[in-house]
Amino acid sequence: MSSHATTYVSFLEAEKGFKSWLTTLDHKRIGLMYMATSMIFFMIGGIFATLVRLELMFPGQTIMSAGTYNKFFTYHGAIMIFMFIIPIIPAALGNFFLPIMIGAKDVAFPRLNLASYYIFIAGASFAVLALMLKGADTGWTFYTPYSIRSGTSVVLVALGVFIMGFSGILTGLNFMTTVHKLRAPGMTFHRMPLFVWAIYATAIIQVLATPVIGITTLLLIMERVLGIGFFDPALGGDPVLFQHFFWFYSHPAVYIMILPAMGIISEVIPVFSRKHIFGYHAIAYSSLAIAFISFVVWGHHMFVSSQSDLANMLFSFLTMFVAVPTAIKVFNWTATMYKGSISLKTPMLYALSFLFMFTIGGLTGLFLAALSVDVHLHDTYFVVAHFHYVMMGGTVMGLLAGLHYWWPKMFGKMYPEIAGKISWALIFIGFNLTFLTQFFVGYLGMPRRYYDYPVQYTSWNIASTIGSWFLFAGFLLMLIYFVKSLFFGKRVAEAANPWGGKTLEWQIPSPPPMHNFAETPHVTGRPYEYGVAKL
Amino acid sequence: MIGFLLITFRLPQASTMASMVDNLFDFILWTSVISFVGIVFGKLLFLVRFRRKKVPESKTAYITGHTAMEMSVAGILLVWVMVIFYFGWVDYKKLRVAPANSLEINVIAKQWLWEFQYSDGRRLTNELVVPKGRPVKLIMTSQDVLHSFFVPNFRVKQDIIPNTYTSLWFEATQLGEHPIYCAEYCGAAHSGMLAKVKVLEPDDFEAWQVEGSLGPMAALDATANAKVSPAEMGKTLFSTKGCNACHSVDGKTGVGPTFMGVFGHQVELQDGKKVAVDENYVRESVMDPQAKVVKGFQPIMPTFKGQITDEEMSALIAYIKTLKEAVQ
Ligand code: HEC
Ligand SMILES: [Cu+2]
Ligand SMILES: [Cu+2]
Repeated sequence: MSSHATTYVSFLEAEKGFKSWLTTLDHKRIGLMYMATSMIFFMIGGIFATLVRLELMFPGQTIMSAGTYNKFFTYHGAIMIFMFIIPIIPAALGNFFLPIMIGAKDVAFPRLNLASYYIFIAGASFAVLALMLKGADTGWTFYTPYSIRSGTSVVLVALGVFIMGFSGILTGLNFMTTVHKLRAPGMTFHRMPLFVWAIYATAIIQVLATPVIGITTLLLIMERVLGIGFFDPALGGDPVLFQHFFWFYSHPAVYIMILPAMGIISEVIPVFSRKHIFGYHAIAYSSLAIAFISFVVWGHHMFVSSQSDLANMLFSFLTMFVAVPTAIKVFNWTATMYKGSISLKTPMLYALSFLFMFTIGGLTGLFLAALSVDVHLHDTYFVVAHFHYVMMGGTVMGLLAGLHYWWPKMFGKMYPEIAGKISWALIFIGFNLTFLTQFFVGYLGMPRRYYDYPVQYTSWNIASTIGSWFLFAGFLLMLIYFVKSLFFGKRVAEAANPWGGKTLEWQIPSPPPMHNFAETPHVTGRPYEYGVAKL
Repeated sequence: MIGFLLITFRLPQASTMASMVDNLFDFILWTSVISFVGIVFGKLLFLVRFRRKKVPESKTAYITGHTAMEMSVAGILLVWVMVIFYFGWVDYKKLRVAPANSLEINVIAKQWLWEFQYSDGRRLTNELVVPKGRPVKLIMTSQDVLHSFFVPNFRVKQDIIPNTYTSLWFEATQLGEHPIYCAEYCGAAHSGMLAKVKVLEPDDFEAWQVEGSLGPMAALDATANAKVSPAEMGKTLFSTKGCNACHSVDGKTGVGPTFMGVFGHQVELQDGKKVAVDENYVRESVMDPQAKVVKGFQPIMPTFKGQITDEEMSALIAYIKTLKEAVQ
């Protein structure tokens, strides 16, 4: 393991040329391809978000027509959910680091891994094709019967989602098998880094839940193409059934999105605090607990949908239990910093932002889980703000923490710290300005997916739009410095382990060699052994 | 100052249920704020107290966890969320069960307007007139896609579904007008699907009920003797019939074309033909909208055949004529 940067060939240099990437079976390269693809979708989705906010800056028409607006918020949602936030952490960072962190040379099925990537590309192509034809104006939720009757390319988008689902299922299977079969000697389950636990729990949800969205989109396609009446009352169908199917997948999917980010936070906080993680078992098993609870709470999206009062009561009750494992995690991450030696480098700043924003996201979830209060707040901007605090304040902050944390590991080059902090500040301010205001405007009654709004909501919307500019600037700066560091950044000698990490990926050179480990590591202890015991 | 804050941060509590919902909202809000401030304060304390400058990297404590502490956090939290759940459910039941003596009104939602039908046969578009202090039960269905009936000032909301009846009830406590929004995305003019609840004193409501029989025409009939010009009547109809959801009168393009400076001019149709906008064209556009579709717009205008009388049609035309050039 002490093979120094002098003699080895990294996975980036091992083979050359475009073709070597497209046909690679190396999990690290596949991870990077996912990363590049999803990041491009993140940029596209982000541009749509900025345009949507611009339109909402003032009541009435600001820059686009109602029809265009409806398409743009649909694109924003669908791209961000299906093509960015679901794949980005598991398929990109998970692919790259899961095998290394358990001391494996690759995932269990490398060919399947590459196939998953191409399936993802195929699905994404259908979705993109749809956008270039007639687009889609249904919102990312495809609620029936509107989605049956909409004159846009709903079938193609649904087909895209259907196909991308297979990519997720296969990746999940691959990761589960990898964790069970390829752990290095001595790497017991309870010695696995918490990021691995998180990806493992995510994989379980992906395998179990994704088929449901597959079936749902398939039924939708059959209804539109063949006129079979599953969901449209005009054909004898039940539109609320669609909502059950949709949320039976999409609620667990929320945890497909957030659990991996939680895994990253569990890595970053101990390293930058020089402390053992507080409550390893609680964090590991709470991921599994969340995964299981996530399957029985879908009805909380449907409290005013005409679902029965009894069902509403049960779903509200069950939803409350999600709070417990989540809060334990937040408590444990905070407690990890106690008596540590805290360094506020960019990854840690993002991890702290995660704690701050995700906590707001979680607490505002309680308002929505309480039945009577949700009747008022449902389908208002309060909900929009809530899930952006969870998805962007949570998942994206976790992603950015991980991206900065592992950047030197993946590329052997450092990102610029000062620019990183400036960009963080812009994003932090911008995010909170954009979305905190939406809680207020939502409580005051402004429904979501509104193209135009009554004038009394104007000042909140102006503030929110200004926030989106900060966000835009922050992400632009980040794009510039990441790309610059990639092409012009100097190889840093200490990049093998700049943060003093104790997990396996930091014990090999950066970027990692082709087969990760020169010799199979033998694991003798847990991954967060920092600190001096008081005798 | 406090008044300003109240207007900016609080909604009017205009129904018997509003303060109940707000109380639980406030309970969750303030308990959350307190715990959130506590967590953030704790973190900031750690950041200052244990920053790297102060504590050398090799001198950190070795702590791996504390099960009792985790358990108590979980326990306290569980109690808290169960309290929230309990009151949420108790209050929700009150929101759901309409008193037996409720005044029943049928609601038909369609892209993109609201129709309210009273038991005596009168129909209103985009205006719901109710008495203060009496429970009102709405029995709702949709003619096309999903919609959702939402009155923020009352804290009530219910999705509306085609081929199914859903219901909702409220008892208004504040006179005046309260906005109704559609809260379920329903297409192009979703945000234009606006209406209002007009709350009258019970006596005024009685009077209003006996006034006439034909929906918004009631008020107009009553004032017919007071010589309302057709254009003025058309102006009222323009919003009560829901034209304003899609058409502006000030030049802005919405879902449909604006009416400013249209009458008497030529418009280009989808097939490239040009037609002059005259009385017959307007009439045809309203009764059979898909017959001639204006270039650059979707053929989504609903037909108003059977819903607009000849007299109303003439009034609308008269109104559109007045919009020839100037902003109304
Ligand atoms: C759901 C949205 C919607 C509603 C409600 C609506 N319209 Fe329209 N209207 C349109 C659209 C879209 C067009 C353009 C396409 C077409 O010609 O059918 C249009 C076209 C017209 C035209 C032709 C305009 C021109 O510039 O040539 C007239 C006249 C008209 N509408 C009158 C009315 C009246 C009067 C009402 C109310 C009784 C009304 N509309 C309600 C959407 C709507
Ligand atoms: Cu959910
Ligand atoms: Cu709507």
